[in-house]
Amino acid sequence: MIIIGERINGMFKDIARAIKDRDPVPVQEWARKQEHNGAHYLDINVGPSSPDAVGAMTWLVEVAQEASKLPLCLDSTKYDAIEAGLKICKQPAMINSVPAEMAKMERVFAMAAEYGAEVIGLAMNEEGIPKDADSRIALAAELVAVADGFGISPDMLYIDPLVLPCNVAQDHGTEVLRTLREIKLISDPAPKTVVGLSNVSQGTKNRELINRTFAVMAMANGLDAGIVDANDDELMEAIASARIIMNMDIYCDSYVDVFMQRNR
Amino acid sequence: MAVEILKEKYRSTVGEVVLGATKDQGGTRSHTITVGGEGALPYLHFEGSIPNRPVVALEVWDMVPAEWDPLFEKYYGDVWSDPGTWAKKCVDEFGAEMIQIRLKGADPDLKGASVDDCIGAVKKVLEAVGVPLIVVGCGKPEVDNTLYAPIAEAAAGENLLMGVAELENYKAVTSACMANQHNIIAQSPIDINICKQLNILIAEMSTAMANRIIIDPTIAALGYGIEYSYSIMERARNGALQGDKMLAMPMIGNVGLESWRAKEANQPEAGEPSWGEQEERGILWEATTAMAYLQSGINIMVLRHPETLKVVKANIDDLMKDNSY
Repeated sequence: MIIIGERINGMFKDIARAIKDRDPVPVQEWARKQEHNGAHYLDINVGPSSPDAVGAMTWLVEVAQEASKLPLCLDSTKYDAIEAGLKICKQPAMINSVPAEMAKMERVFAMAAEYGAEVIGLAMNEEGIPKDADSRIALAAELVAVADGFGISPDMLYIDPLVLPCNVAQDHGTEVLRTLREIKLISDPAPKTVVGLSNVSQGTKNRELINRTFAVMAMANGLDAGIVDANDDELMEAIASARIIMNMDIYCDSYVDVFMQRNR
Repeated sequence: MAVEILKEKYRSTVGEVVLGATKDQGGTRSHTITVGGEGALPYLHFEGSIPNRPVVALEVWDMVPAEWDPLFEKYYGDVWSDPGTWAKKCVDEFGAEMIQIRLKGADPDLKGASVDDCIGAVKKVLEAVGVPLIVVGCGKPEVDNTLYAPIAEAAAGENLLMGVAELENYKAVTSACMANQHNIIAQSPIDINICKQLNILIAEMSTAMANRIIIDPTIAALGYGIEYSYSIMERARNGALQGDKMLAMPMIGNVGLESWRAKEANQPEAGEPSWGEQEERGILWEATTAMAYLQSGINIMVLRHPETLKVVKANIDDLMKDNSY
């Protein structure tokens, strides 16, 4: 599973403060920490309270790239902020995210084609998040078709089936797992899949246990990537073990260390 | 409409290891040899780069190899009492690209050669030939562990390939190689998991050593489990090409030693008339074993019969012909 480290996000108080004061230290510390623990991408989100999203994104991208060589996943609903980030990314980035709404898809896919970026496409539209797998898959197919129109290959696309907290919408769990499996049948090459892992446990106790249980179940159903807490060691250990069970890595006694040290 | 040929894309490459050192580099070799570097499965030149030829070595002992089949006497009988002369004949007359000196004499049950005797044997070979050297012990860890450090030091600068390191016994040889900048053979018993683990343990002792490892997956001769070794090597190479750094090392195999253990190579014609002439049969056994391992990605083969060496070199010439399109 491709690990997208979630920690550089203005929702967290230390990052919000860092953005406000333009203090690079917390951002760069988290960039290094996440890379050290095995992240493959760093999610960059300015948070909801930033008055100048474009300026904040530009600054975050700059300071994160000073500390880490990892590619970035630019996370915002403000596409101007994403574009400002794409302009200064030193290697191809990921855009996080676009729903299956025509105006937004046109804006984002044009930008992705221009900058060679991958895109996270959300299985939702103006009507919100669907209840069942079939509707999610229909929206995924729409995202694939529109992206194709912009010359974006399906394997540049990560479909997020949108998982809801298990204490609020328990019946969505199996629908999301089925969506992950069936998305692979949409096209050849198939689109990739991603989930924002921590959503599944919002508002519950045992958050980490639920996160890592869902992570390995989703992997078994074909999940390619996750926006996760890369510094949750038990989660990373569970992912490393799932990779062994699924024959994605060759076993050796130190397989956990090897997985976590991959980027060192 | 033009047909688009699908080609496999590989994510990573096998690491390259340079063996030997010339005078400029602090050694006394006439040239160095680079192995590894493959960017595709064996000899699929059309899918990736195969930058370095596999290498054939001949085996030299520091004592007369009484256990070898008598047919070897006509090739080596005039030289096998002296490792230097023996090595020279292997290179000059038979065309060996490397020499593996096996310090069998150190075995207390055979000759019980001292550490100084072993250093002497290695030095004789170094003086006699210009090709890079492989040095291995007698096979008894308690003895070999006393040899590695003094030999590594005596041959400092030569960039040897030394071995063998095993999972239960890797520290002495790793330290000796680390301190004197030699390369190491990491041997695992036809087991991909142990192979990877051993590489990790060596790399944990020194990250620089991670780029100096040659994997010995332990090979079997034709008819004695060749398919097991083959599939382990195939798995390691696939892992390497998919980005598993702890399997991305070149590989070595003792093809001669294993093949000439086989009954089919040693049985005289009189004992099995229907099997045909013994020497030709033995050469075929060894050459067929070698060719199978070439297909599984082996980089260094230690052979025994000079005729096998010729046949295998010709096979390598064929395999290295560019087939890209």
